[in-house]
Amino acid sequence: MTTVLELSGISKRFGDIVANENISIALRKGEILALLGENGAGKTTLMSILFGHYTADSGTVRVDDVELPSGKPRAAIRAGVGMVHQHFSLAPNLTVLNNVMTGTEKLWSFKSDTAAARTKLLSISQRFGLSVNPDARLGDLSVGEQQRVEILRALYNDARILILDEPTAVLTNIEAERLFSTLKEMAKQGLSLIFISHKLDEVMAAADRIVVLRGGKVAAERRVGETSKAELAELMVGHRVTRPIRDAATPGAVALEATGVTVRRGGVDRLKDISFRLCEGEILGIIGVSGNGQAVLSHLVSGLAEPSIGNIRLFGEPLANLGVRALIESGIGRIPEDRNNEGAIGEMAIWENTVLERIWTPAFSKYGLVNRKAGIAFAQRIIGEFDVRGGRPTSRTRLLSGGNMQKLILGRNLHDRPRILIAAQPTRGLDEGAVAAIHARILEARSQGTAVLLISEDLDEVIGLADRIQAIVKGRLSPPVAAETADPRMLGLMMAGEWLQSEEAGHAS
Amino acid sequence: MMALFDILASAGLWAAVLRIATPLIFGTLGAVLCERSGVLNLGIEGIMTFGAMVGWLTVYNGADLWTGMLVAALAGAVFGLMHALLSVTLGLSQHVTGLGITLFASSLSYFLFRLNVPLASTPPTIVPFKPVSIPGLSDLPFFGQAIFTQTMPTYLAILTAMVMSYVIFRMPLGLAIRMTGENPHAAEAQGINPVRIRYSAIMAGSALMGMGGAFLTLSAFNSFFPTMVQGRGWICIALVVFASWRPGRALLGALLFAFFDAFQLRLQPVLGDRVPYQIFLMIPYILSIAALALVARRAKVPQALMQAYRRGER
Repeated sequence: MTTVLELSGISKRFGDIVANENISIALRKGEILALLGENGAGKTTLMSILFGHYTADSGTVRVDDVELPSGKPRAAIRAGVGMVHQHFSLAPNLTVLNNVMTGTEKLWSFKSDTAAARTKLLSISQRFGLSVNPDARLGDLSVGEQQRVEILRALYNDARILILDEPTAVLTNIEAERLFSTLKEMAKQGLSLIFISHKLDEVMAAADRIVVLRGGKVAAERRVGETSKAELAELMVGHRVTRPIRDAATPGAVALEATGVTVRRGGVDRLKDISFRLCEGEILGIIGVSGNGQAVLSHLVSGLAEPSIGNIRLFGEPLANLGVRALIESGIGRIPEDRNNEGAIGEMAIWENTVLERIWTPAFSKYGLVNRKAGIAFAQRIIGEFDVRGGRPTSRTRLLSGGNMQKLILGRNLHDRPRILIAAQPTRGLDEGAVAAIHARILEARSQGTAVLLISEDLDEVIGLADRIQAIVKGRLSPPVAAETADPRMLGLMMAGEWLQSEEAGHAS
Repeated sequence: MMALFDILASAGLWAAVLRIATPLIFGTLGAVLCERSGVLNLGIEGIMTFGAMVGWLTVYNGADLWTGMLVAALAGAVFGLMHALLSVTLGLSQHVTGLGITLFASSLSYFLFRLNVPLASTPPTIVPFKPVSIPGLSDLPFFGQAIFTQTMPTYLAILTAMVMSYVIFRMPLGLAIRMTGENPHAAEAQGINPVRIRYSAIMAGSALMGMGGAFLTLSAFNSFFPTMVQGRGWICIALVVFASWRPGRALLGALLFAFFDAFQLRLQPVLGDRVPYQIFLMIPYILSIAALALVARRAKVPQALMQAYRRGER
């Protein structure tokens, strides 16, 4: 098959950091190539160089044997390279058609030919089965639909080579599966694709060939048929990764108990008649497809939402109208689902984020003045203990990678040995190494007697960590099952709401 | 009651509305253009003052009126270039640089004026634009008097609003400007140079602001004094929000404000013996705030307004 794209000897440094070192990759026509690597392995930098967002220090990019000038996105677009960004490069206030059309006509043409553009867009969307309403305001679309617009825009520019940067990071499992079947269809029609990922499952499922990047270099190249998840994981991290194993333990006293709780918001029951019991030294897993009430559940137990009906008991005491602060003081640690928005303040320093939850304690402030020195020392301790890499206490939190930010959040919660830990999607979007580290910490907390409420949509994670499992579907909780008796198939049925139907059938008979 | 009706029915009121609205139309359109590209231009007040001064000075020194207008526009563009250097290239806070330009341009206006024109008890004057009657239209009963007896710059302002509306919503250039104001990174990913777009929009917008100022000395009055812009620039900034960043509605907003202003002027002699005149002076501003409160809550702000664009950074 013909080679359509060739990167040779690409190197790029940012200050002291080597992001790419002498990378060479070739892409053939009609092929799906996966670029696999941990966060910080240099995947995104490499693709930004290819697309002209960055200029390489050395090396060349050739499309159809013609060298692309560096640092010119327009040239890449003309050569037929399209990019689907991880954080979409779209304008929410403009319509789908406007977003797609921008930059495709001569700026000074007297009239924009919207009718022709609409026809072209619709024919492309039909050809690849990517349906979209051209006149919808982009901001009104779901994340999956917005991604579709990004793909359509690249195709509209007559892209023959499509680069997708972590395309599934923002998608639900079903949306991701649909995306991959679209990509395969595109490859069949002669397009060539590169997608960036750190998820082994999807790389194995969707790619023809896999290039593994580690520390800015090509670590290996494999055809999908010739490799395995285990081998890829090892290549990606550089050493064997094993997720920690849960030991048997006997749960202690009841730490948190909800009976018949309903949470109503905006006239809708976000949680409906849920009951659960969480004991010290155990992990209760709440499994479910995201968007089924998990966010409200974690808000409920962190004091951000109140039950409309029913009650919650914390260590046997009724929990009524306690604020967030009182809950933290009573020993609840929280890992919020959305770490960038709820977990940390990106523009503030690492030490400020570390002490934010306890800034009012005498250790960190006196007479209304913040004790900066103590805060920095504390952050330094957390950074050391929890192996947070990529920042000093005074650097901005935004600069940390997802995994390291999560370790920081975990660290500030676990440092004081919380009696209860609420962990919502603790490893979402993290790479293998970080996942193993987070899991080890959560299990360690359990063995020290912390009661852990683990809310997750990752089956492997819940089966691997939880002692008991309940499924959440449309704001309802299933009865608990012991982890020993659960298997992926059974949990899949629970997540689909199987128990709800049998319950209703039971009522009917 | 009868008195109110008399005011509304007089052609003079409506002629005054258009006259008062003209600098606001120019200024608001200029600000709309800047903000559509994602840059707030608080230099407007100073740029209008400078435009008023430099336009007048040009004509005072013997050039014709349109040359004065052109010089004011060019001077506006130069201040726009300065604002672009500070806010786009250096990525400084747009509030601060804008206010800085207002302070600088206002003081410079007075300084240059004093250098060229000696202090006198009565300020020197020029011969301003004359009303142009449009054959046929100007002879219409009432409307002829109310609408078609303006000076050329007023017609130009209205024409500019229409042209800008077309450019922004119908031309690829307008889409590029809007995209730059919504998400400059997206514009760049599509091969548009956001820096160039912002520079051009700020300079063109500032040129319009300069023309708005020049209207005051070349058409509305015939002399320059340093405080003559009187906060019109700030009104324009508010009108942009009122107009939801649309040139057509900017025209409408400017006319509405001008109507309140013209109306209160004529109301003063009628009710002046019972109500202090300061109340009347407040009317246009109070009504504008009320109108703003009603309309602006639904306005869609350009998402990247006041965000500096740096390449390769998110």
